Amino acid sequence: MSSVSNSSRTKIYDKAHKEPGRLMKFLNSKKVVPYIFITPFILSFAVLTLYPAIQGIVMSFQSVLPGQVTFIGLENYTKIPNATFYKALSNTTIYVVLTVFILTVVPMLAAVFLNSKVIKFKTLFRASLFIPALTSTIVGGMIFRLMFGEQDSAIANQILNFIGLESVNWRFTGWAGMFLMVILASWRWIGVNLLYYLAALQNVPNELYEASDIDGASKFQKLWYITIPQLKPIIIFVSTITIINGFRMFEESFVFWEAGSPGNIGLTVVGYIYQQGIQQNDMGFGAAVGVVLMLIIFVVSFIYLLLTGAFKKGEA
Amino acid sequence: MNPKKKLKLAKWGANLVFGVISFVALFPIISLIISSFMPSSVLMRNGITLNINFNQLSLANYSYIFGKSAEYWTWYGNSLMISVLTIVLSLFFSSMVGYALAMYDFKGRNFFFLLVLFILMVPFEILMLPLYQLMITTQLINTYFAVVLPLIVAPVAVFFFRQYALGLPKELMDAARIDGSTEYGIFFKIMLPLMGPSLAAMAILQGLASWNNFLWPLLVLRSNDMFTLPIGLATLLTPYGNNYDVLIAGSVMTIIPIVLLFIFFQRYFVSGLTVGGVKG
Repeated sequence: MSSVSNSSRTKIYDKAHKEPGRLMKFLNSKKVVPYIFITPFILSFAVLTLYPAIQGIVMSFQSVLPGQVTFIGLENYTKIPNATFYKALSNTTIYVVLTVFILTVVPMLAAVFLNSKVIKFKTLFRASLFIPALTSTIVGGMIFRLMFGEQDSAIANQILNFIGLESVNWRFTGWAGMFLMVILASWRWIGVNLLYYLAALQNVPNELYEASDIDGASKFQKLWYITIPQLKPIIIFVSTITIINGFRMFEESFVFWEAGSPGNIGLTVVGYIYQQGIQQNDMGFGAAVGVVLMLIIFVVSFIYLLLTGAFKKGEA
Repeated sequence: MNPKKKLKLAKWGANLVFGVISFVALFPIISLIISSFMPSSVLMRNGITLNINFNQLSLANYSYIFGKSAEYWTWYGNSLMISVLTIVLSLFFSSMVGYALAMYDFKGRNFFFLLVLFILMVPFEILMLPLYQLMITTQLINTYFAVVLPLIVAPVAVFFFRQYALGLPKELMDAARIDGSTEYGIFFKIMLPLMGPSLAAMAILQGLASWNNFLWPLLVLRSNDMFTLPIGLATLLTPYGNNYDVLIAGSVMTIIPIVLLFIFFQRYFVSGLTVGGVKG
């Protein structure tokens, strides 16, 4: 009797302790752990990106009217090559090129300075460069509209007049429209990217600089041969984000011109989607432009990441 | 003697340049604050100008907002709740994903990394309408959850955490394994603390993204008592013209707390946190 109960007790004991032990071992194996870690990502990808993206693609082949959806094949796509779309695309491209240059290079140089012993009031400078990022595009845009008003009394024109230049009708002149969008984005994002660079600079090993000191390297050589290569992953990060955000840009344009700018000087591709899809109520066409934009962004960033070697194993 | 003097001069110059840049960066905010005491009509006529007429300054805009104080503070609370939820959830999940992508060799690792980049590239504006329909069918409309959901696994944060984790020493993982730590223990007890600065930076950025989010909350929030600050403020705009005055005063009230928060916390997240741990 007692021996039976003993052995069954052992079995129960075994079950309670060995099975979960095996499960734990399984859940803890290096093969399984990474998949558990990325499960939330896979789930959110399925629900928040894949599902709506497929919906969007389906929509791009449809004519969507309230209560009446019909498949029309490629008709939406054949309508895309038109002057307005090209204008939007060229605006967006110029904006991307300008912001990538400004938002990658300027914050990096500023971070190098702010990380050195040369600058005294580091905290103060960092804080004041970052504070613009705390405002929303809507609030920032509102301030810039008032500063770059078309009146002679608005501050930008006051300064121009002071140095002997003519007032500019900022929101209604071609180059000035682009200038407004770029300067608003730069104002809001330089501090954020500065932060990325400063965090990355903390991880550059000091020994590299000490070694280069012994070799008698100049400040510029240190920047070029140590700092920038060490910052490469973060440079790639910042510039990629800027490219992608540039192609997605909408709010900067919206806050200056709302529905439409004169001669479409401020029209962006997403703005065109909004205009056609929401305002003109042509959701199918809007979705088609969206699909084209997605492809453009995908190709451009993929080429960029390939050129910068972000896919090399273990690096990036 | 002379090179030393030259160096000193260069230092002064660099500090001066940064001083000027800082002032230029802050100037729009300073203008915003000054303008918040000005009547709308003057702003409409002159824009933001260097000649300020001090007789025109008054507290009228603020008393209007505080006259609606009950609503205003409800919106404030909503924004706060949503931001905190966003920060906690997105940091937890995104750091986990970024870390796994950086530190483990597993099948599909490059594929999943590409997927992160892909999501980053898809404009949210395209996905918004199908998602909105989804929120309606799942009856999540007008809940905090609906607002927070799209931000929970933020691809930007995943990307950033991956890049950051790549710089962490893998030897620590092996050492911990030899000491009998589980993979989860390694992540939560050793690596996550080492990712401190990146977590702090992302906390601020995710918090900001949530605090300033406009279009999506506008779609999924329905009732006045669920509104966030930006949406609430937008309702202060009447159809009878641009009420810059009220909007500006409300914006100042929106910015001030995060500016204070940032000034208070910034030294914790930019400098130093890991020095020692990661540097070695």
